[in-house]
Amino acid sequence: MAAIGGTRVNPKKFHKNQIPIYLYLIPIAVFMGLPIVYIINHAFKPMDELFAFPPRFFVSHPSLINFQNLFQAAGTSSIPLSRYIFNSVLVTAAVVFLSVIISTMAAFALSKMHFKLKNTVFEVNNLALMFVATAVTIPRYLTISSMGILDTYWAHILPQVAMPVCLFLIKQFVDGVPNSLIEAAQLEGAGSFTVYRKIILPLIKPAIATGAILVFQNVWNNIETSNLFTSSEGVRTLAFYMNTLSTAGTVQGQGMAAAAALIMFIPNLLLFVVMQSSVMNTMAHSGLK
Amino acid sequence: MITKRRTPYLFLMPYLILFTVFIIVPTVMAIGLSFTNYNAVQTPQFVGLTNYINLLTQDTIFLQYVLPNTILFSLVVGPVGYMLAFFLAWSLSQLTKLPRTVLALILYSPSMTMGVAMTVMWRVVFLGNQSGIANYALTQLGIITEPIVWMLNTNYIMPIVIIVALWGSMGVGFLAMLAGLLDVNPELYEAGAIDGVRNRFQEVFYITIPSMKPQMLFGAVMSIVNAFQAGNIGVMLTGSNPTPQYAAQLMTNHIEDYGFTRYEMGYAAAVSVGLLGLIYAFSFVARMLFAEKD
Repeated sequence: MAAIGGTRVNPKKFHKNQIPIYLYLIPIAVFMGLPIVYIINHAFKPMDELFAFPPRFFVSHPSLINFQNLFQAAGTSSIPLSRYIFNSVLVTAAVVFLSVIISTMAAFALSKMHFKLKNTVFEVNNLALMFVATAVTIPRYLTISSMGILDTYWAHILPQVAMPVCLFLIKQFVDGVPNSLIEAAQLEGAGSFTVYRKIILPLIKPAIATGAILVFQNVWNNIETSNLFTSSEGVRTLAFYMNTLSTAGTVQGQGMAAAAALIMFIPNLLLFVVMQSSVMNTMAHSGLK
Repeated sequence: MITKRRTPYLFLMPYLILFTVFIIVPTVMAIGLSFTNYNAVQTPQFVGLTNYINLLTQDTIFLQYVLPNTILFSLVVGPVGYMLAFFLAWSLSQLTKLPRTVLALILYSPSMTMGVAMTVMWRVVFLGNQSGIANYALTQLGIITEPIVWMLNTNYIMPIVIIVALWGSMGVGFLAMLAGLLDVNPELYEAGAIDGVRNRFQEVFYITIPSMKPQMLFGAVMSIVNAFQAGNIGVMLTGSNPTPQYAAQLMTNHIEDYGFTRYEMGYAAAVSVGLLGLIYAFSFVARMLFAEKD
């Protein structure tokens, strides 16, 4: 029975015993992927196709009308679409940037330094992997309101910067950096900050990419911070706007929501495709003990 | 190794401050508020365990709908979603690199579109009239003659919410398990074959899972969190909180209903604490199953 042995995992070549796997994986992949294909098609459907009977899955006369409507409709209300996009980009970029910096710093300390509370901090962070923000929405609201940052960009940014999963994954990856490298640098007189900047950061790029993607997905798609912590349209995000479009239930709204959904989805997809090998590399270190 | 006394705390500080302010403090506050009567305007009044007692004895909606719904939902989306994720990852690990990468991307993509895709796409699929895709397909197949009003029919809301949640559940945990599977030392499989492993089932249980326990645990924790976080699906699909006749009302919706619609913040906090407790209990079971014994 050696045939079921080692050569089977991560094979280099196609073999006929992979056929059964394809036979069930492909239908599942179709089920999982169709909605995405559908969004893409839906976004380019002209009005008569959006509400055609019988309903059509694929677009037959692609048009940009939904995108035009989206930009114009937003233009007639006081807040232009570009403002929502700007807000989303600003907030997401700020959170990703801050999150990567503070998580890598904390990961370096937790992985390569000795101090009393080291294990406690790491354990608490592991417990917080199970943290569900929606469960404590109300105290979070009270905290943010008492800080006086309601209805500002900070209300989007600050609550999302510390992300336990991000710290966890990066810390596990830093564990793999050899201590000898750090010791060698210290012998040559490098301080902690130099070690962090010159040795740790360059060696943990895959983990940084992974952390950044996870944070990005969290923030870019988030409607809660707009919904709960802001009240003026001017500081709300694209995800929030898209959600109001799709729940408004107007005829035009549907097409516009599909177009907005596509605009939302593309950055998610591109980032993941570009960074997928870094992500898989990091995930190999993701074990929770 | 770095041993200076203050340095570690300097590096940890920024993370710890934000972590404390936005994760620890709200959790502690939720616990504190759960013992009070608080309407967001007046100062909270201490009422002891009243909220918890009411929750478990008076709140018929909670006992009749919310709790059973939450348990059903989280059992299906948690463990079943988790097993599905492992099974898919295990299948993928046996393919060559290119098709594996493409298929993994497709399976993962719903989890990154979740909120976005859901409102636009699933609402059209489950539209309550003839031009809804599900209704159209079932009519064509001759299964139904009249369109089903999916989002108002209490028999269908919960199953639909579960399907949508499962659809979006191949997330970080799935990727971690895939990476773990690819990382298992191939010699172990050869050794196993010599030691009398007879079929793939035995191979998975005696070799694969034991050698990737840490990833299994990480995946489990992610599945649990995902299952409890997905609470918004029902509200987003039906467009109302509470969902029609509480058919898909989960604890997270109950919290929002009491907290932001009725402003009974103390009571909502008690439900939150219950929810966090439930999540912790699930994770405890996962830890028992996969913890490394050393």
